[in-house]
Amino acid sequence: MAILTGAALGEPAPGVAQPGGQAHAGQAIARIWRAIRSNKKAFAGAVLLAIFTFLAIFPWAIARDNPQAEIYGRSLGPSAAHWLGTTSYGQDLFAQAVWGTRETLIIAVVSGALSTFLSVIMGLAAGYLGGTWDAVLNFITDVLLVVPTFPLLIIIVAYLPGIGVPGLIAVLVVTGYSYGARQLRAQTLSIRSRDYLEAARVRGERSIYVIMVEIIPSMTSLIVATFLGTAVYNVLAAAGLQFLGLGNPDSVSWGTMLYWAQNNEALQTDQYMWALIPGALIGLLGAAFALLNYAFDEISNPALARVPITRTRHLNPVMRRLSANRAD
Amino acid sequence: MRFLLRRAAFFVLTLWACVTLNFLLPRLMPGNPAIALLAKFHGRLSPVALKAIEIAFGVNTKQNLAAQYIGYLHDLVTGNLGTSLTFFPTPVSVVIRGAILYTLGLVGVTTILAFILGTLIGIVGAWRRGGWLDSILPPVFVITSAIPYFWVGMLLILVFGIQLHWFPYDFAYDPSLSPSLSPSFIGNVIEHSILPAVAILITSIGGWILTMRNTMITTLAEDYVKMARAKGLSGRRIMLDYAARNAILPNLSGFAMSVGFIVSGAVLVEFVFNYNGLGYLLVQALDAEDYPLMQALFLLITVAVLVAILLADIVTAILDPRTRSAG
Repeated sequence: MAILTGAALGEPAPGVAQPGGQAHAGQAIARIWRAIRSNKKAFAGAVLLAIFTFLAIFPWAIARDNPQAEIYGRSLGPSAAHWLGTTSYGQDLFAQAVWGTRETLIIAVVSGALSTFLSVIMGLAAGYLGGTWDAVLNFITDVLLVVPTFPLLIIIVAYLPGIGVPGLIAVLVVTGYSYGARQLRAQTLSIRSRDYLEAARVRGERSIYVIMVEIIPSMTSLIVATFLGTAVYNVLAAAGLQFLGLGNPDSVSWGTMLYWAQNNEALQTDQYMWALIPGALIGLLGAAFALLNYAFDEISNPALARVPITRTRHLNPVMRRLSANRAD
Repeated sequence: MRFLLRRAAFFVLTLWACVTLNFLLPRLMPGNPAIALLAKFHGRLSPVALKAIEIAFGVNTKQNLAAQYIGYLHDLVTGNLGTSLTFFPTPVSVVIRGAILYTLGLVGVTTILAFILGTLIGIVGAWRRGGWLDSILPPVFVITSAIPYFWVGMLLILVFGIQLHWFPYDFAYDPSLSPSLSPSFIGNVIEHSILPAVAILITSIGGWILTMRNTMITTLAEDYVKMARAKGLSGRRIMLDYAARNAILPNLSGFAMSVGFIVSGAVLVEFVFNYNGLGYLLVQALDAEDYPLMQALFLLITVAVLVAILLADIVTAILDPRTRSAG
């Protein structure tokens, strides 16, 4: 959800301008880890993400049933044998939910990472090279930014029947990189005339060196934020496409579960679990990324950090007025 | 003026890019689906309609790409969007005309409502920093904004449609009525749009609240706000005229990016509610492999989004004197 990060990330984050190489990136990662532990929202997001990662890697440890096997009674309600009941085809819903984590998470993480990579290339190239490069790259990015992506995705995927996970990821990457690219371009523009970059150029370093060693490490936090934001968006977009039956309807993923639930009118036929659980899981995975992202905003922009609740109600009128007029 | 001219130029360029993308997509894709389509409809389509499809998808033509492109642009400008295959032999433009008002009503009204409500909540939240509104809402909306639009729709159908029977949840109006401008029909349409509208509202309002709140917090620390306080102006005046008026600008420019996002979500909301607007039509076209309809819908949705963005730009120019004096 790109918009969540808008206000804070539009401005150059304070303290990004220090020069430095890998040591800086290492410090940044250490700082991120410390921040995750100290921020409740970030911690909640990280725990959720850890649980989903575990389910994606070891689904058999939790659900022994084959998620595809149509071997049980049809449309059973939740019971001890089938915690979430079964589908109209006699598949175990709990097994589907657990095994479905893998594909959903892979799509989110891989497309998020590749999208971020493309954002970095497009944003930095546009911002750093300037001139005609900037004009052309920025125009492409701007167009993709305002075009309603989901209808575009529908059209593209409609032309590629039977598109698999790699194809789905490729389409998500191409349509979803623009927001991050714009942010990174703005950030590059704001630092490109800084002294340490000037110094590197005077030393005779090549552009690729300046970008890789001087610029990218100073943008670690923005790049991480871009990844998190894109991952949320891609979770939702992929689920939406699978919900419409685009992609492979035989795959095991939460979006595909929703597709079959909708096809069998699960809501109208009292099979609530079938329709509600996959959507709730998609929401939770998206929330995990969004919570991390929101916490990240607070970390990179100290002005947004939570303030303790001021109990002005209990103060007398004079004190209340004073406290309301405090300079901060 | 310069600002608006620049934005208008961007509007025209983007429109051109989208039209061109629409032209190139079927030609770039492996295995042009129109060929299979033409075989299927051979003999059932009039020669004119056949010709239109051939132009739209670039099959069976000995023309080069440039000539095809000009033919395509000509068809577009003259409003010839081809013939729908789902609703054969109705022209695409007629099919779309029947759906466009429902989408404009539903998505347009909810988007504006979400923007106004979200901005107001963001203003009050930042003004009462640390108050109950400010401590509860941001985390709640971080989570709601990660929930799929269509799933919120399903939840509403379950609770308020199936369980409580409070609202209808199928179609844009009662199928026993025929569309007219009578009060009873309009009332029926509004009743049918409540649940989908709430679904869009819940999932889209969070972004506005958070952006507004975060910018407002930064703005409240500015010197001119302190100055206004020192002058002893009323809190209401400082909040709205001094802080909010400046803080709203990022929200407005965010509008450009969010409209596309909301429209995307609305497509699925319409599908879940069988709400017969453009989004529902798009999914129908998808199921029926009705490529002419699909492409026309994509183009139309894009144009609608671009117009909304242009409107937001005009409002920005009115609110922000800097954009006016820059010329």
